[in-house]
Amino acid sequence: MHEIIKTDKTLPFMRFRFGAWVLSAVLVIASIVSLSVNQLNWGLDFTGGTVIEVGYENSADLPAIRDTLDTNGFGGAVVQNFGTQQDVLIRIEPQEGVKAQELGNQILSLLRQSSEGQVEMRRIEFVGPQVGDELTEQGGLAMLTALLCILVYIALRFEWRLALGAVGALAHDVILTLGLFSFLGLEFDLTVLAALLAVIGYSINDTVVVCDRIRENFRKYHKYTAQETIDGALTDTMSRTVITSLTTILVLLALFFLGGQLIHGFATALLFGVIIGTYSSIYIASSLAFALGVSREDLMPPEIEKEGEDLEPLP
Amino acid sequence: MLNKFPLWKNLMVIVILAVATLYALPNIYGEDYAVQISASRNATVDTQTLGTVEQTLEDIAIQPKGVVLEEGQILVRVNSDAEQLQARDALLRALGTNYIVALNLAPATPDWLADIGGTPMKLGLDLRGGVHFLMEVDMAEATRKIQDQMRDTVRGELREERIRSTSIRRDESDVVVQLRTDEDYAAAESYLNNRYPGYTLLEDEATRTLRLRMTEAKLKETQDYAISQNVTILRNRVNELGVAEPVVQRQGADRIVVQLPGVQDTARAKEILGATATLEFRMVDDENSVYEAEQGRVPFGSELFPNRNGGNTLLKEDVILTGDHIVNATSGFDENQRPQVSISLDGAGGDKMSLATRDNVGKPMATLFIEFKATGERDENDRIIFERNAEVINVATIQSRLGNNFRITGINSQQEAQNLALLLRAGALIAPIQIVEERTLGPSLGKENIELGTQAIIWGFLLVVIFMVIYYKKFGLVANLALTANLVLIIGVMSMIPGATLTLPGMAGIVLTVGMAVDANVLIFERIREEIKAKRSPQQAIHHGYDSAFSTIMDANVTTLIVAIILFAIGTGPVKGFAVTLAIGIITSMFTAIVGTRAVINAVWGGKRIDKLSV
Repeated sequence: MHEIIKTDKTLPFMRFRFGAWVLSAVLVIASIVSLSVNQLNWGLDFTGGTVIEVGYENSADLPAIRDTLDTNGFGGAVVQNFGTQQDVLIRIEPQEGVKAQELGNQILSLLRQSSEGQVEMRRIEFVGPQVGDELTEQGGLAMLTALLCILVYIALRFEWRLALGAVGALAHDVILTLGLFSFLGLEFDLTVLAALLAVIGYSINDTVVVCDRIRENFRKYHKYTAQETIDGALTDTMSRTVITSLTTILVLLALFFLGGQLIHGFATALLFGVIIGTYSSIYIASSLAFALGVSREDLMPPEIEKEGEDLEPLP
Repeated sequence: MLNKFPLWKNLMVIVILAVATLYALPNIYGEDYAVQISASRNATVDTQTLGTVEQTLEDIAIQPKGVVLEEGQILVRVNSDAEQLQARDALLRALGTNYIVALNLAPATPDWLADIGGTPMKLGLDLRGGVHFLMEVDMAEATRKIQDQMRDTVRGELREERIRSTSIRRDESDVVVQLRTDEDYAAAESYLNNRYPGYTLLEDEATRTLRLRMTEAKLKETQDYAISQNVTILRNRVNELGVAEPVVQRQGADRIVVQLPGVQDTARAKEILGATATLEFRMVDDENSVYEAEQGRVPFGSELFPNRNGGNTLLKEDVILTGDHIVNATSGFDENQRPQVSISLDGAGGDKMSLATRDNVGKPMATLFIEFKATGERDENDRIIFERNAEVINVATIQSRLGNNFRITGINSQQEAQNLALLLRAGALIAPIQIVEERTLGPSLGKENIELGTQAIIWGFLLVVIFMVIYYKKFGLVANLALTANLVLIIGVMSMIPGATLTLPGMAGIVLTVGMAVDANVLIFERIREEIKAKRSPQQAIHHGYDSAFSTIMDANVTTLIVAIILFAIGTGPVKGFAVTLAIGIITSMFTAIVGTRAVINAVWGGKRIDKLSV
């Protein structure tokens, strides 16, 4: 039998909780600092503007393209390679008084005139500023709604301390992932937002499994302290936590390396989020609940247990 | 006996998997390049059209894979995209403007599968290439127009009642009536009070001012009308574009989504979407002979136009009124239960109509519909040339002097009345629209995305499968079976749900589900291992493993499902696609991982004496 960890002994997770807290606090503060200094590199979906992706037959001559755009009055355009040397991405911020709807086609024909070889239109996207503002609002709303719904569900199914711990862990994951995007200056578009919500989904999955075990162990073992019980639950679920993270990370690696440019931000956010989510479901969720004073009495089933319930009913 | 499934449970698993496999099958057959021919208004696609199509294809030496006439459409399957373009252009020339000839990709689903309703998954624009427009309707303008009309109506009616006012004007979205004397104020107040449905009267005796304000309901009705009118018009215009499977849909309070799969030339698409069909009311020239005019001797001051239902009509050159004065047109029935169309004009339109009809009572008036249509010819810049196309859609005798509101009666059928009302409305947009979002994807990028997404799914799947076998041995194999079944189920369900569309983020959702779907099995298998360590017998271990993992799996998946539902409710476009596959994946994975693996494990290991489990 292959085993990731030998689970004969209970691992003393909670003993290291202060170290984990310090680490998390540092990371959260760093993320918030980065978010307020660097801010997020908002993608087209949120800022509005125009993006044009074109494909050249040979390596694209970026300076020449910039020149062409400059001389034709598109000085503010950002021109960069996208994925390969042949692919070029041109991004133009929304401008006052310019009919942005026409922009994409204008630039495309401009590039076609100035280039000798074929210029293939791969993608034109235009997002009006009002749509961008709405998306930002909706995105934030989606995030808060998700956290709130999960808080309520876990509070009902488990207990409010565990619910707070779980949601604290989720907020932790979201902030760190946002921090990473801001720190590395990665573009934050609609797919990354979706990834962030998927991270919430994944992390909560992990946390629920741990919470479930904590509750079960509290009910099963009466002689242990809260700390020992939580340690035991974490140890019991450790190999499952690691294996599931591993399989998820495996598929995300496939997505990261093979999924292409358009899905890259999505894969990055998920990859990082899953790793952080695994850590937080072990250290943040349970240790927060522990710090809030979760105890056996909180997790007992509402009715009094019947005698002999643990016994298997006769077949 | 422990770990035996009753027959019905096994059967259920088999039936569900079989159905899913059956409906997932169409996806492996790929698509044919095709040209789709449908009738525009006054033409029908019949066997004669079919003959023309076949003859045309023969003339340009194209051997089609198949030509089928079905549900009033002809679908021509050809072998390559080059042939497809060639066939389209030739057919457009041969059939003329009465038919819509569109490029399409037709699923190459075998007949027996198509007969039971099997279709491949719908691909989103990011996988197929095409244009997506989000348009916003100018609601302020819509209300303004309605209120302008209201102002004119009030002005006219007060004049008729001989109530004198200092001014009647529109103030934001109110109509404000300023009265000269207290007597006039009292008269106006009693006249206007409760007179107009959908309006409330606000009184201010001190300043002798009356305000007509739209109720919330009326405001909403106006806006709904503006949207649905725009949707109708856009749909008509999109049809002119010759696009297969276009989407024109309302989104939210004031937006319209237009999706044109396969269209690359957005400039042209915008031109047509922006092009206006117009209407004109003209007097019929009944003093001269239509026959003479048809021979080429059109009298001075008149013009000859074709009728929509065949034949020609001779009209006066002077235009009484253009369609942009029409505020509303609805179909209904008159006192004798015969179909009719009621038309409302704005103030200026009403004045013109009243002036023109004063001296023409008893004479026929015609409604002329003018639109622009693609001809199939191209100019030197390779752009399709549009042709101005005018038809007489209705001729009616003027019964009395007409004003702001009048009706056309004597229409043959209710269907015809509805069509006429729709055409009348199409001439007049009460609110302009503006493009607020546009996404165009080239076909090569679409293909590339499909390829990349598929690669990611395959590799992700393989990595997980290999890991599971190494780690869990035979039980790992069972989990892999479940994982495979899960993929088939996702694809089957996606193909069965008519509204579900596969997008690139949707494919990412499938990849993610593959990674997370084994979680349930990991939970179960870890439990089984624990039970074995606790010295339970293998059968007991399996039984307890599944039992105690169940509630954990439920809780974990319900919370993830909550997230997926929120994503679906709030997200748009690509994010929705992700949410759909994620949600479907969660549900199917619970079925395969809990019920599916149990069925296999019970069948292989259940109900007999075993000493060791390969987990």
